Amino acid sequence: MNTFKLFLAGASALALSTTVNATDLEVTHWWTSGGEAAAVAEFARLFDATGNKWVDGAIAGGGGTARPVMISRITGGDPMAATQFNHGRQAEELVEAGLMLDLTELAEKEGWKDIVNPPSLLDSCTLDGKIYCVPVNIHSPQWLWLSHAAFEKAGVPVPNNWDEYVAAAPKLREAGIQPLALGQQPWQSNLLFGAVQIGVGGLDLWKQINLEKNVDAAKGPEMAKVFQAMADAREMADGSNVQDWNQATNMVITGTAGGQIMGDWAQGEFQVANQVAGKDYSCLPGLGVHEYLSTGGDAFYFPKLKDPEKAAAQLELASMMISKEAQVAFNLKKGSLPIRGDIDLAAANDCMKKGLEILKTGNLLPSGDQVFSADTQTQFNDLMVEFMNDKSITPEDAQSRYAAIVESAD
Amino acid sequence: MTTIRATAATQRPISLFRNKAAKIAAIPMILTALVVFMGGTIWTVVFSFTKSRLLPKAQFIGLDQYERLWSSSKWGIAIENMVIYGLCSLVFSLVIGFVLAALLDQKIRFENTFRSIMLYPFALSFIVTGLVWQWILNPDFGIQKVVRSMGWESFSFDPLNNQEIVIYGILIAGLWQGTGLIMCLMLAGLRGIDEDIWKAARVDGIPAWKTYIFIVIPMMRAVFVTTLVIIASGIVKLYDLVVAQTSGGPGIASEVPAKYVYDAMFLSQNLGQGFAGSTMMLLAVLIVLIPWAYMEFGGRQRD
Amino acid sequence: MTEVTTLDTRLAASPGMVDGPRGAKPKRAISPRNVFIYGTLLLFSVYYLLPLYVMIVTSLKGMPEIRLGNIFAPPVEITFEPWVKAWATACTGLNCEGLSRGFWNSVQITVPSVVLSIAIASVNGYALANWRFKGADVFFTILIFGAFIPYQVMLYPIVILLRELGIYGTLWGLILVHTIFGMPILTLLFRNYFTTVPQELFKAARVDGAGFWGIYFKIMLPMSLPIFVVAIIIQITGIWNDFLFGVVYTKPDVYPMTVQLNNIVNSVQGVKEYNVNMAATIITGLVPLFIYFVSGKLFVRGIAAGAVKG
Repeated sequence: MNTFKLFLAGASALALSTTVNATDLEVTHWWTSGGEAAAVAEFARLFDATGNKWVDGAIAGGGGTARPVMISRITGGDPMAATQFNHGRQAEELVEAGLMLDLTELAEKEGWKDIVNPPSLLDSCTLDGKIYCVPVNIHSPQWLWLSHAAFEKAGVPVPNNWDEYVAAAPKLREAGIQPLALGQQPWQSNLLFGAVQIGVGGLDLWKQINLEKNVDAAKGPEMAKVFQAMADAREMADGSNVQDWNQATNMVITGTAGGQIMGDWAQGEFQVANQVAGKDYSCLPGLGVHEYLSTGGDAFYFPKLKDPEKAAAQLELASMMISKEAQVAFNLKKGSLPIRGDIDLAAANDCMKKGLEILKTGNLLPSGDQVFSADTQTQFNDLMVEFMNDKSITPEDAQSRYAAIVESAD
Repeated sequence: MTTIRATAATQRPISLFRNKAAKIAAIPMILTALVVFMGGTIWTVVFSFTKSRLLPKAQFIGLDQYERLWSSSKWGIAIENMVIYGLCSLVFSLVIGFVLAALLDQKIRFENTFRSIMLYPFALSFIVTGLVWQWILNPDFGIQKVVRSMGWESFSFDPLNNQEIVIYGILIAGLWQGTGLIMCLMLAGLRGIDEDIWKAARVDGIPAWKTYIFIVIPMMRAVFVTTLVIIASGIVKLYDLVVAQTSGGPGIASEVPAKYVYDAMFLSQNLGQGFAGSTMMLLAVLIVLIPWAYMEFGGRQRD
Repeated sequence: MTEVTTLDTRLAASPGMVDGPRGAKPKRAISPRNVFIYGTLLLFSVYYLLPLYVMIVTSLKGMPEIRLGNIFAPPVEITFEPWVKAWATACTGLNCEGLSRGFWNSVQITVPSVVLSIAIASVNGYALANWRFKGADVFFTILIFGAFIPYQVMLYPIVILLRELGIYGTLWGLILVHTIFGMPILTLLFRNYFTTVPQELFKAARVDGAGFWGIYFKIMLPMSLPIFVVAIIIQITGIWNDFLFGVVYTKPDVYPMTVQLNNIVNSVQGVKEYNVNMAATIITGLVPLFIYFVSGKLFVRGIAAGAVKG
């Protein structure tokens, strides 16, 4: 029994000791893989240089894991000093409840409005004219990755766009190659849908549905084309028996699959496998048809803390994250695009350069997180994954169910 | 035989030894039952009638959450899966658990080794073992491929990629993980059984299997109740396994209620919907539990 | 203690007790009965061991070899690097200390939680089985009901509870949570086991003047080793592997090892190192496995069960 008490005493002492130094800031995030951790290290290095201390609270698993942690810590009265969230509407309610630190003053002083590109990133941090988060990077999901080896084996040239790809699919099948690799997790089917919607449907349709929530457009003939393309994709993905997105990417790397639709983070996998963009694989943003990218990504929120010294340190942290130096250092390690238009990433690779080019020309869309609530997005996930796996659902059925979700969307 | 059972049942000291110490000792249990489980349940039920999204908010909207719940095809599939998985899991866990325990109880050699082999899956986190089962059951590089490469070309075994049978693929992994513990419980139960019963049965010339079925199993009633509750609560809470193996797929064919609830709460940020789902689950539990409690305690003179 | 000693003497005196209790003793090494027993056990062992084999083999391969996709093939080139990495150098965010970082935290969480939850639940079970008081059944039924509540649903109410108690974010809070959620199954386990203990023993002790605690420590505890082993198995496994409560109710400096495991395994974006994942999982499982093996020795035959009838 004595050792037991000792344990407890030691442990509670440990818990107390953390609150002594006022400028220690605990930061929760879900960047835990190699490249991600290296990117976070850049933030921590720069923050420590300001005389404060970054206390790392990494938890992998994305929002599904982070959300319970955040909400528990905040309602438990013991929040972290900063936490990562996808910008957009996910943290809206916490802001409304007055639990988040208002960054407007700092943002005005530093002129965030003028430096953040695209401006929609800052918009999604804004509620009632006040700014509550710092966007730190841009990730875009609308990329088609193609294996050169697979197309060579099938004896067809590597496609330059979606239509050529669909036309080449039978040849790939004949050669024993899986035309399209697709993981089973629901978000992957929805990601594919998002890419097809902009790639096949084009910008106008995309805007009508996603921004104006126009139900007629969702039911209309243009959208029917999108669902027809989804049916093509379903046909092409038939027999793709993997779960994780990177298992699917691996099929493209090894040439057992012709292609995959996945976000720009897939690049990490190609790099690790020593593949060269343009030689071993191709990347087509917007499926090579409508080269638009959506600008989702990550942002940091700062829960309100009682200690004024910590609050001051929180602002320093926010200011550091958006600084030029931090943006370059962080994004090069992370492989994502910076949120400032005024910096130069010379070290970027081919695919990343394509992304930067699109960023410059302004062919950008807000991300799904920015236009639909998490609830609606989950409904899309469910519909798409069901459609992609169940051939008894016709494109027409799927379209009418899709329209119904758009109609009830919030 | 009859004497033993009779004494055990009727001579329980019910009010004979009223004791303060017992009541004091039971305070933590009473507090837990009332504050946490009752309190938490009522809280859940109340908020299932609200529009709570990311945060619990007392903004009541009547039965809307329930209407949405029952009109969702995902919830329907989840319930169906739970029933199938539940029935199979119950039967197989009990049978495999008991048979293995009985075999281990035969004074065999290497008992500790065998027991550890059967129990070790219980110790491993399912995040990764789910991945391993996913590989083993994958038609492209798991069992199917191995059997086909041995020459049986038409062999087909792809439970995780076939909507019709995916729930059985999950069952295979579920039994793998859970039966070890059931076996241990049964073994502990068998070890608690009077040695003389066996001698008496042997003297009477009753074959071993008959002794098990007609004498030993009825005597292990209490152990079976414990195992039943453990298995059943595992069925209701089934979540990690599905996420690790199929994330609910192919399509939404392997969704389960706990996953529906969790996804609603933390992915969709629709707490109210999650609470409505869990209220339905708890209601189902109550429907089973109350008659059981009545039988267990209401008819005290059972025998 | 006296009554137990008398019983023990009677036990020793009872004829035929020494020569084993279960059916006929195996006379030959290879009898049909043995073939059946060991055959069945071996068959099941294959089922149980297959995934472990895949895990071990994978954990000893390099990533290029894993990409080939033959999961059953033994490693061409054995490497222990994934194991070293999982334990000592895998990064979770900024801390590149692998699983070793959370190891002591996990021990500090698990030991008191297991001890406390089993102590409370065994006393509960004992009180419910042998000292039933008015209303006990109702509380017990609610407790069993609690076993079915999905943890996730209770997450936020527990936060409120811990906040009101002023122990949110502390190790005490987490220990309390584990004790609460372990209570339903454990109480049931102990209650049902204690009800099978012959009442004659209990009564004899009462006549000798032993009280609530006296009987618990001198009679019930020594007689219930197998069930304590089962309880320890359940609790060690549950608490050692717990991720959700650890991450939600504590802070980074007391995070258990499973947070590191989750971070190694569950990174959403970026390269998945399957070999390190497998090694990390096996390493994390070693502690419960060790406990299983050691505590297995306590799986002794209940000594007193036969004693009463003599």
